[in-house]
Amino acid sequence: MIAKQTPLSTHDAPAPNDAASGDAVRYEELLCEARELRGVSLWQDAWCRLRRNRVAIYSLYFMIGISLMAMIVPVLPLQSPLDKDLENRIFLPPNRDPFRLGSRTDLRFKDRSLTSELLDFEQQLRDLKQSLKQASVGERGDIAQQLEAKYQEDPLAKLWHAPGPVVRRMLRVRVFLFGDWCIPSICGTDSLGRDALSRVCWGARVSLIVGVIATLVSLAIGVSYGAVSGYLGGWVDDLMMRIVDIMYSVPFIFIVIFIITILGAEENKKFLDSLGINQLVVFYILIGAFYWLTMARVVRGQVISLKNEQFVDAARVVGASRTRIIFHHLVPNVMGIVIVYLTLTIPAVMLFEAFLSFLGLGVAPPDVSWGLLVNEGIKVITPVKIYWWLIVFSGSALAMTLFSLNFLGDGLRDALDPRMKNRS
Amino acid sequence: MRGIGSFAIRRAVWIVTTLWVVYTLSFILMRLVPGGPFDEERNVPAEIKHNIEARYRLDQPMYVQYGEHLWLLVRHGDFGLSYKLGDYSVNGVIAEGFPVSVSLGIFALVFALTLGTTAGVVSAVRRHSLLDNSLMGAATLGIAVPNFVLASLAIVLFVFQLKLLPAAGWGSLRQLFLPAVCLGAPYAAYIARLTRTGMLEVLGRDFIRTAFAKGLSERRVIVRHALRGALVPVVSYLGPATAGILTGSLVLENIFAIPGMGSHFIEAALQRDYTMAMGMVMVYTFLLLMMNTFVDLSYAVLDPRVSIGKL
Repeated sequence: MIAKQTPLSTHDAPAPNDAASGDAVRYEELLCEARELRGVSLWQDAWCRLRRNRVAIYSLYFMIGISLMAMIVPVLPLQSPLDKDLENRIFLPPNRDPFRLGSRTDLRFKDRSLTSELLDFEQQLRDLKQSLKQASVGERGDIAQQLEAKYQEDPLAKLWHAPGPVVRRMLRVRVFLFGDWCIPSICGTDSLGRDALSRVCWGARVSLIVGVIATLVSLAIGVSYGAVSGYLGGWVDDLMMRIVDIMYSVPFIFIVIFIITILGAEENKKFLDSLGINQLVVFYILIGAFYWLTMARVVRGQVISLKNEQFVDAARVVGASRTRIIFHHLVPNVMGIVIVYLTLTIPAVMLFEAFLSFLGLGVAPPDVSWGLLVNEGIKVITPVKIYWWLIVFSGSALAMTLFSLNFLGDGLRDALDPRMKNRS
Repeated sequence: MRGIGSFAIRRAVWIVTTLWVVYTLSFILMRLVPGGPFDEERNVPAEIKHNIEARYRLDQPMYVQYGEHLWLLVRHGDFGLSYKLGDYSVNGVIAEGFPVSVSLGIFALVFALTLGTTAGVVSAVRRHSLLDNSLMGAATLGIAVPNFVLASLAIVLFVFQLKLLPAAGWGSLRQLFLPAVCLGAPYAAYIARLTRTGMLEVLGRDFIRTAFAKGLSERRVIVRHALRGALVPVVSYLGPATAGILTGSLVLENIFAIPGMGSHFIEAALQRDYTMAMGMVMVYTFLLLMMNTFVDLSYAVLDPRVSIGKL
């Protein structure tokens, strides 16, 4: 339009002076208009489309919420997920009776309260350390032993399973903020008198972490495998894809169970422990090793369609190595579709973890995960009495998380699909 | 149906190769790990230990064991003896469990297909109606709820509250109903969504308009013309669905105390009964491969553009 009109207007204008100023004004207007147009990047565009998908956005909020919750669980005023009370608190239905941390008599906490016990414990530790400093060389070994023994009596370790340094600090914050107060058993208690709400929250940590880490492992394998296979092409590609085909046609869940069977034997466990590998790590690796297939195929397809683009040629011309082209130029360009598959893989992995834990082959007590909780809930179903709260809360936590991850994945896929552009 | 011979041959070669790879890898895994399967038992005198090892042929070198096992399997279809169930052979256990698991799986699959396609067609035809929205809402929920959660809720509701169905066991149709429904429900949900999408796409095509223009009834257009095209994605989903149903049956057989292969497999895994677990893995792999072959065949039947020679 512009190119056509400009020469015409100069032609028509009788006075060159007027024409020039008229042109200038018109150009000015066009320039203004152009300035107001903003280029929309792929991600902005996708975000706009995602925002219109209400369910996907709610799912996103839900996922953000539940991840934050899982991160700060130790700080929340929850009861202990482990402390059993077989005498007074078995199978309590959801109730609002107040409960104080450390009030169980068998714990033998000072004043039956965690805060006073913790204060007492720290005082004793300080005293011991003090005397260790002042003690003569001969007495030192003895006092060091006492100190070691004292550490074993840590009240925090009695209520929470093997807290690491970060969790321990967070638990301190929790004690500092809320003291002994905790949320009453509004979700009831289980067959050993443990608080169901607290177990569901702590289970969220394990379930989500397993989902995310195992997915990241599979992501790393799948993306590199697919990108290398697609970029190299030829017989390498053929071979690599045949391997994927074989793995696809194998019911891998059974193989994973088979491998867990073998690795779970006593001698193998010792062997793995000596390498510093526990069951969860084995689990990540196994899941990662089997869930990358779809990712590899998708990435390969994308890379094949991208590898003849000019930016790849340009990179090759300036002398970039193959590795650099694959991982610096091609992989970032397939991230969109990778993210979509990521959000769809996480629920699949979480479901699988729940499934294995349910069968007693996944996360082992005293760790808790949602699958394990549902299993515990099912075990105590009897014709005599139904403890519905043990299934409903853990089950719906699992179901809602899977639900929103699935929705988010679907929403993202639609949002990032350029064919969906300008559709309602 | 041209080219079915060469299709069958190629597929058979593929199946045998895959089975062999799975077998070999499992065998290597099983034997490479430190410690034999009987190390956990109490300390037994050397002679007894020797006898045990001789009975299970563990005293032979690896390649001899591999050769013997493979030969037994190929020649007689024999998976050998169970390591943990004293007098049972793996074949015996599979022979007991297989029919149970397969009938459970078939019931679940049939249920998923019937309910899924019906719901999908109905909601595609009555698009954006209340019925459509509620059916699709239920379908999304069905996809997200894991089958063991569904099963436990169903037990609480139907068995203990309403007292309509028995809680567990095997033998009667009433006992089969609940596990089959719980097993099939997530797949019914997925199939419903697939059918709806496929149906909506097909209903927008020219040949459907032509069919309506000829004056055919809605029912006839949908059943005779539209459904066939809409079912193609459903059929291609049957492969993954079978895999899922096989997996799901592991859990549901456990919950409902059904004496199928799944519960034996889990038992074998927990008891570290390697031969048993391996035999089961082989059977499951074979089932899945066969199912995928059938799916590919029916693909060609449903969609005239797909020729068998190219599969």
